[in-house]
Amino acid sequence: MVKLEGIAASAGVAIAPAFKLEHPDYTVTKRDIQDIPAEIAKLDEALAKSQQELESIKERTRQELGDKKAEIFESHLLILNDPELINPVRDKITEDSINAEYALNETAAQFISMFENMKSAYLQERAADMRDVTKRILTHLLGLTYVNPAEIDKEVIVIAEDLTPSDTAQLNRKYVLGFTTNIGGRTSHSAIMARSLEIPAVVGTKEVVAKVNNGDLIIVDGLDGKVIINPTEELLEQYKHKQKVYQEQRAEWNKLRDEHTVSKDGVHVELAANIGTPNDVQGILDNGGEGVGLYRTEFLYMGRDKLPSEEIQFNAYKTVLERMEGKPVVVRTLDIGGDKELPYLDLPKEMNPFLGFRAIRLCLDRTDIFRTQLRALLRASVYGNLRIMFPMIATLDEFRNAKGLLQEEQAKLASEGIEVSDSIQLGIMVEIPSTAIIADQFAKEVDFFSIGTNDLIQYTMAADRMNERVSYLYQPYNPAILRLVKMVIDAAHKEGRWAGMCGEMAGDTTAIPLLLGLGLDEFSMSATSILPARSLISKLSKADMQELAAKALDMQTNDQVIALVNSLDV
Amino acid sequence: MQKNFKIVDEDGIHARPATALVNTANKFKGAESFAEANGKKVTLKSILGVLSLGLEQGDSIVLSSEGEEAEAALNALSEVMVNEGLGEING
Repeated sequence: MVKLEGIAASAGVAIAPAFKLEHPDYTVTKRDIQDIPAEIAKLDEALAKSQQELESIKERTRQELGDKKAEIFESHLLILNDPELINPVRDKITEDSINAEYALNETAAQFISMFENMKSAYLQERAADMRDVTKRILTHLLGLTYVNPAEIDKEVIVIAEDLTPSDTAQLNRKYVLGFTTNIGGRTSHSAIMARSLEIPAVVGTKEVVAKVNNGDLIIVDGLDGKVIINPTEELLEQYKHKQKVYQEQRAEWNKLRDEHTVSKDGVHVELAANIGTPNDVQGILDNGGEGVGLYRTEFLYMGRDKLPSEEIQFNAYKTVLERMEGKPVVVRTLDIGGDKELPYLDLPKEMNPFLGFRAIRLCLDRTDIFRTQLRALLRASVYGNLRIMFPMIATLDEFRNAKGLLQEEQAKLASEGIEVSDSIQLGIMVEIPSTAIIADQFAKEVDFFSIGTNDLIQYTMAADRMNERVSYLYQPYNPAILRLVKMVIDAAHKEGRWAGMCGEMAGDTTAIPLLLGLGLDEFSMSATSILPARSLISKLSKADMQELAAKALDMQTNDQVIALVNSLDV
Repeated sequence: MQKNFKIVDEDGIHARPATALVNTANKFKGAESFAEANGKKVTLKSILGVLSLGLEQGDSIVLSSEGEEAEAALNALSEVMVNEGLGEING
C-alpha cells in the first residue's frame, strides 16, 4: 500500500483499478528534406485530421457539458488555423528544407515560452493549450497512435502526468470514476473540468504516475486530497464507507440548495459566503448562499505593483453586486498590514504586526487609499444591496472618523451628480475585545456587527495564531469567547440591529448549534460549507439550542463545551 | 479608422473573448483588422497574436480596420468588446 498527498481538485471518493493514460513519445529530430511540396502536403493532411478531431470533440463536449465548456476547443481550432502559427511553419519547411514536425515544434516552442513568461497566471496557463494543439498535430505528422481516453470501456481511475483539456473532455463519466495527476492545481483546466463533470480528482501528487501500475486498485479521495494505491482491506472498507456517507450527504444537501435556512422550530437565519474575488460568486450561487457575508477586498490590492484604481475597484464591486441580484453583499474595507503585506506601500517591519499598524488604523492614516475605495464602493452601491464594514475597529472614535470620511465622499459624489444608494448599511467587524465589551455603545451607532472570530480569539487569548507552540490556546468554544459573542449579539438585538459572524467558527459544525442558541442572525462561511450548515440547522431547534448555549456559557473549559455539543443527537 | 477601449474584465483578455474577436475579424474578408496595445500591434486574425498582447484589466487597447469593409468590421468588433464584458469605449 502506498499513500500519496495531492491537491483536492474535485470532491468525492472514487475507487477503481488504475488506467495509466500515457502520451506517446513526441521527440522530434531535425531532418533535411528533398521534396518540399510533399512535406507541405503532409502538414496539410495532419492539420485537416486535427481539425476533424477537434470539431468532433467540440461537438461532443457541447452535448455533454454545454456551450461554455466547448469554447476551449473553439479556441484550439483557431490556434490550429492561426496564420501566425501556420505561416512560419510553412516558411521554415520551404526556406530551410526541414521536416514539418521540426518546423512546427520550433514555432510552437516560441509561443509556449511567450505564454509561460506572461505576468497573468491565466495567460501562463494558455501554454497548456498551445502544447495540446501542437501534440495533436504531431500525433498525425509522426504517425503515432495513442489510446484515446474516449475508448475506455470499463470502470477505471485515470492516472496521468497531466490531463490536457481534450483528454478531460473525452473522459466518459460512465467509466472514468475519478482521476489523479502528477501536476496541476485547483485552477488548472483538468481540475475545473473534473468539478463540472462531478468526478472526484486529486491533482499535483508529483509522483502518482511512477508509483502506479496499470490495474492497481486506487482510491482517489477528492475531499482530503489523498490517493491510496493498493489499500489494505481495512482501509478499503473505511473508504467505501466514506464514499457512501459523502454520496448520501451530497444528495441530501443538494435538495437544500434553493431552500431558506430554517431551524426545526421555524426560525430563519441567513447563510452567506466569504469571498475574495468576483470569480468566487459562482460558488455561492452553486451552493445556495443567501448573500456575501464578507468580501475581502485586499485581493484587489495584492499581486500587483501599484494601488488599484478607483475604476478597477468599482468594476469588481459592481460585478459582485450585480451577480448577487439584490442579495446582501457585505464588503470589508481594506484589511492590510499584519501578516498581509503590500510591497508597494513600503511599510516598516513591526515587532507585533497583528497588534500594529493595519486595517482601519492604516486607512485612517492613509486617507488617500481609503477615500478611493470608499468612492468606488459608493458608486457601485446602486447595482445591488451593498453593506460596508470597517475592520479592526477598537474605539468608537475610529468608527466615527471612518464614517465621517465615507460621508464626505458621499457628499462629493452627490455634488458631482453621481447617484449613490440611500440604503447602504454601515457596520463593523468585532474582533478586538474592547469593542466586544462595549458593543452596547457601538450598537447605538452602527447598523450591524460581524464577529471576526479568528482575530477575536487570538486577541482574547493573547495567542499569536501563527505561532504553533501556542496553538493550543486557539479555543473557539472557550466560555470566555462564547460570552463575548453573546455580549455582541445581545447588544445588537437590544438596539434592533443584526449580528453576523464571518470567521471560521461560523461554518464549524460544533459551533453552529451554540451560535444558533446565542441568537446569531447571519453566518458567513466558505461556500462549500453552506449546504452542510443548512442541513445541520434544519435538524436543530433554536429553543433547545438556547438551553444548550446557556449551559455552555456556564462551563469552565473549551473541552467541556465540545463534549456538551457532541452529546447532541443530530 | 480606429476605436479606443479600456479593458474592464477582471481577467484581462482571455481565450473566450479573444476567440470571439478573431471569429468576428475573420468574417470580414474585405477588411484587415488590428489590435494595438502596450506598444505592440497584431492582426486580429490571429488568436495567438491577440493573446500575446497580455492584456490586463485597466489596459488600453486600440482596434483598427482597413479596407472596404473597415467600418462594418470595426463596428462588429466593437460590439464584441462591449457584449463580452471585455472592454468599454474609451474616448
